[in-house]
Amino acid sequence: MNGRAQYIAFRAILIKEVLRFVRIWIQTILPPMITTALYFVIFGRLIGSQVGDVHGIGYMEYIVPGLILMTVITNSYANVVSSFYGAKFQRNIEEMLVAPVPNYLILLGFIGGGLARGLAVGLAVTVVALFFTPIPLHNLWVAVSVLVLTSLLFSLAGIINGIYAKSFDDISVIPTFVLTPLTYLGGVFYSVSMLPPVWQSISLANPILYMVNAFRYGLLGVSDVNLGVAYLAIVGFIVGLFGFALHLLNRGHGIRS
Amino acid sequence: MIPALSLHNLTKVYKNGITALHGIDLEVAPGDFFALLGPNGAGKSTTIGIVSSLVNKTGGTARVFGHDIDTELAAAKACIGLVPQEFNFNIFEPVVEILVNQAGYYGIPRHVAFGRAERYLNQLGLWERRHDQARMLSGGMKRRLMIARALVHEPRLLILDEPTAGVDIEIRHSMWSFLTEINAAGTTIILTTHYLEEAERLCRNIAIIDNGRIVENTSMRELINRMASHTLVLDLAHPLTALPPLPGFTACRIDDVTLEIEVPRGADINTLFVALSAHGIQVDSLRNKTNRLEELFIGLVNNKEGTA
Repeated sequence: MNGRAQYIAFRAILIKEVLRFVRIWIQTILPPMITTALYFVIFGRLIGSQVGDVHGIGYMEYIVPGLILMTVITNSYANVVSSFYGAKFQRNIEEMLVAPVPNYLILLGFIGGGLARGLAVGLAVTVVALFFTPIPLHNLWVAVSVLVLTSLLFSLAGIINGIYAKSFDDISVIPTFVLTPLTYLGGVFYSVSMLPPVWQSISLANPILYMVNAFRYGLLGVSDVNLGVAYLAIVGFIVGLFGFALHLLNRGHGIRS
Repeated sequence: MIPALSLHNLTKVYKNGITALHGIDLEVAPGDFFALLGPNGAGKSTTIGIVSSLVNKTGGTARVFGHDIDTELAAAKACIGLVPQEFNFNIFEPVVEILVNQAGYYGIPRHVAFGRAERYLNQLGLWERRHDQARMLSGGMKRRLMIARALVHEPRLLILDEPTAGVDIEIRHSMWSFLTEINAAGTTIILTTHYLEEAERLCRNIAIIDNGRIVENTSMRELINRMASHTLVLDLAHPLTALPPLPGFTACRIDDVTLEIEVPRGADINTLFVALSAHGIQVDSLRNKTNRLEELFIGLVNNKEGTA
């Protein structure tokens, strides 16, 4: 395939992926908006009013970056894992496998779909957040780059889960038992400086903490972690997961017998 | 002339240790309408899977119009259109999107793909249903959708794995006409089917695979000519009290109004009817007792099992 044909193939996969989640927007776009609104009402307004300021910022405002990023993480992951496993389950992944489209384009197409849903839902949740609190923008480039990179990272994680999954149970195990705990313990609702020293140290082993704080820096200008370390961790994970996912696709793991 | 498909010593051993293919050799000429027959589990789908890169081979070589799947996989894939045995499209996608997306995976721009989708959906009677989700289609329509999808990138080699399974007679006949047309237009077709009448009617050449080995590979005419005899079933207008002599034929009275006549290869059937008329026997209708190819197929497979 020449460059133009590869571009057309990538665009075809991307359009297919975007139309997939747009077609079922009641399942994909609406629920995170409602959930986030509830978070703002309960944690932000009712409980948050008792918490006071964090790093000199109102609690409601402080949790906004974490809630947006949490939504982006879960939706990017969920989009790719469910789409890829669904394609395996219905065997329509074979439509791509029999075509001359290279594996790296299949990978890019699926993570492009995850990125599109992550950003669409992130934008929707940001609009919801604006009904509750103004959202400052400390550094646009940091905010956008962290959002995009985090979405890519969890899209890649989702496709690896989808490649290994052999049942619908398998695509819910990682989100339930790994992703959700790490996200909640990643400083979405609190600053790690509020934790006892030992838990602060343990928290630093959680990669999501770096993403949440880097994004928080982009919006609010405050962070519990070094921004350079955060970027290094995110990009390192992306490179590693991309290489691993491509290796699995090239081997035909779970998709070729 | 470069063969449309050339397999040499193709071997497949699955992870569970089962050997699906024992080094098969096969060649399909360009423009051919080729039947690949075999009982369930014989290795037909594994062969097709390897050629279309859905199954990793263990050994041997496979070339599609000269493109080796080991070294020129993309070029080989571009030549193939695959209609698999089981439905494998996203049932929630609209019909036209399935075709346009599939064309996109082959690098065909969307505006070109829409034109082709319209042409093939019209030819296969699905254009009116183009905006429906695939799950809304009947079984026969789904089969035709898979044929349209396989053709949208205009492949030189079309591989059909049981394309008419579960399809009613009328639609099966219309699909046969359509496949005959695209073969006449130059597309090489490889067909696997359990309807042996279908293979006999459509295909010029045939390979029979059993237990992962090619047990027969010849022209359809040659294979049919090997029949020593075939059996006709005659339905009589009036009850028959005694079996008359029918020189050159072996007759068997099934009941008062049914005769089975074994007709040797090369025998003149007219002489049979002359003899019947001479005895005042009036025939209402006649039919072949079994499909000729079916008899051969069972014979070949059983012989193979007998010698294994």
